[in-house]
Amino acid sequence: METAALKTFADAEEMEVSFGPQHPSTHGVLRLMVKVDGERILDAKPIIGYLHRGTEKLFERETYNGCIPHTDRMDYTAAVTNNQGLVGAVEKLMGITIPPRAAYLRMILAELQRLASHLVWLATHALDIGAQTPYFYCFEERDKILDLFEEYCGARLTTNCMRVGGMPYDLTDGWTDRCRAFINQFPAKVEDWERLLTKNRIWRERTVGVGVISAADAVEWGLTGPPLRGSGVRWDIRKVFPYDRYNEVEFDVPIGTNGDTYDRYLVRMEEMRQSVRIIRQCLDRLPDGPVMAKVPKVIKPPKGEVYFSVEGPKGELGYYLVSDGGEKPYRLHVRPACFINLQALPDMVRGQLVADLVAVIGTLDIVLGEIDR
Amino acid sequence: MPEPLMTYLVIPLAKIVVILLVLILGAAYLTFFERKVLAYIQIRVGPNRVGPRGWLQAIADALKLLVKEDLTPARSEKFVFLLAPVLIIVPALLVFSVIPFGPTDIWRLTDVNVALLFVLGVSSVGIYGIILGGWSSNNKYSLMGGLRSAAQLISYEVPMGFAVVTVVVMAGSLSLVRIVEVQRELGVWFFLPGIVALFVYFVCGVAETNRNPFDLPEAESELVGGFHTEYSGMKWAFFFLGEYANMIVISSMATVLFFGGWLPPFPNLLAPLWASPVLAWVPPPFWFLAKVAAFIFLYMWFRGTFPRYRFDQLMGLGWKVLLPVSLANLMVVALGVLLVGGPR
Repeated sequence: METAALKTFADAEEMEVSFGPQHPSTHGVLRLMVKVDGERILDAKPIIGYLHRGTEKLFERETYNGCIPHTDRMDYTAAVTNNQGLVGAVEKLMGITIPPRAAYLRMILAELQRLASHLVWLATHALDIGAQTPYFYCFEERDKILDLFEEYCGARLTTNCMRVGGMPYDLTDGWTDRCRAFINQFPAKVEDWERLLTKNRIWRERTVGVGVISAADAVEWGLTGPPLRGSGVRWDIRKVFPYDRYNEVEFDVPIGTNGDTYDRYLVRMEEMRQSVRIIRQCLDRLPDGPVMAKVPKVIKPPKGEVYFSVEGPKGELGYYLVSDGGEKPYRLHVRPACFINLQALPDMVRGQLVADLVAVIGTLDIVLGEIDR
Repeated sequence: MPEPLMTYLVIPLAKIVVILLVLILGAAYLTFFERKVLAYIQIRVGPNRVGPRGWLQAIADALKLLVKEDLTPARSEKFVFLLAPVLIIVPALLVFSVIPFGPTDIWRLTDVNVALLFVLGVSSVGIYGIILGGWSSNNKYSLMGGLRSAAQLISYEVPMGFAVVTVVVMAGSLSLVRIVEVQRELGVWFFLPGIVALFVYFVCGVAETNRNPFDLPEAESELVGGFHTEYSGMKWAFFFLGEYANMIVISSMATVLFFGGWLPPFPNLLAPLWASPVLAWVPPPFWFLAKVAAFIFLYMWFRGTFPRYRFDQLMGLGWKVLLPVSLANLMVVALGVLLVGGPR
């Protein structure tokens, strides 16, 4: 009985390995059926759905504000931007303009969330490539961000921190000072991590030229966010379709040139600096006034449909909302960034080595909660 | 007691017991030490709950592993599966029979005139443990880990051999005791003339012990646990102990070959100091252990700093960089010994 199994090893030139769903570096419950010839990957087929909770169906039986907690649980490393997309879609359909203070608060929180999400990315990406230490440095900073979230809305991970028409709470006393203290010390930390990795020979060998995707292919696949910008396409929803008050702040959209893992790494590192820049401007200009627009007690958008997207940390996060005029969405579809980014994975790893596979999974920065919903 | 019985049986046996105890305890405590060092590199505290300041952590871990269920995969090659952990730990312990901890006979088990060959030969056997363990588990990840390990060993054994030969050329002997004695007589440790050899030796040593940045055979994020994915309980602990014992072996050899073994540091500059009664009282093994500890700290520092090499890059480094460098270095050193006039 055992000889039969062992014989297949001896004979096999191609071997099919089930990579996940319980695997240390598939970032959750991604499963890949990987065909390998020795260490070389012939093909990889993602199998998803292990975390499917029927979120989009759940939306249909919730009121609009009741949908917000469900969005927290999609991309659980970036709950704030998920909230932002949903309330933005409803507000767009209802034609609500939120007060300036609320818009600035959203931007501050969203950029903090972008930092937190990128920190999780850097931590796990570096860990996958074998560098342990950045993990702890990143999580220390992320904890400070979560502390700020907790102070604002009481939750650290599933924030549920926005409402249709504005923000549920105003800032607590001294929050802006603590936020400023955080962003003042943060850029130095980014420098530290860059010193540990950017010029590190091993890091470069593991990332340069790994998981290359050309700009044309990236557009074809519909990639968004850092995977698209790493290939050199300057596309950022905050710039091209500004929402909230992103047209009032200055920031650059970093892009890469080669579309490899290293460029995507550089892009995200620069994005962290840009986020700090945005937060600083927002704090400087934070207007006074109410944080909630005048909205009816029961949210009933008019009949119609709308698409609204925000630039989430992982890419374009869109909400396609169909309303029948009732107090619950008729249909609310999510355009998840991770799901669409993941499609490019087989193309990116074909012909590369097994070790590159984890690097590519890391660089796509996928969250299975959002892919499966 | 008759004299031969004493010299040939009782004393060696006592020494063996002491060395084994110290080594196994040392390897167990290295895990604790490593966790602490890594913790402080990574802005955290590390184990601090079991016993005062966490000092009993290693004991607790050992106990846990002893009572853990020992699983053998159903379709594994049972005998080989059992043999593999033994193959990895025995050679690692065996090497210590020839390592001199001090200048006199009390401080070593034996002094063989081909000790260096013995060390290289025996420590190479350990790799069978990894290959066979990976193969017999009947797990694809384990198999890949085992194969990586085989390739890694072949690529790194060669430059390591050349690095060691450099020392042999300088010392004119294969006996580890003699190598240290020559360093004392010359008043210069071999790391100065053999700085390149030391570098090659230690890099290869890190690769041979499968430690970061060359920890591909067990790369957690790629191969789950690599060759020891299917191992649990005491068998797994043997792999673990073997890895740490091998770290001590590599560090000890580096100390003996390049850093004057048990000799006190800075032999020339601080010579008057070492002659003073207070410091002369310090037993020589202290210096030996201190140097070994420094090397082991280096290991842990690596682990806290570097990402992991990829398989093909590892091979490239071994064959394209380390091998030519060690060969060229050997020729230069040999030429130097010819010109300056080596030991006899």
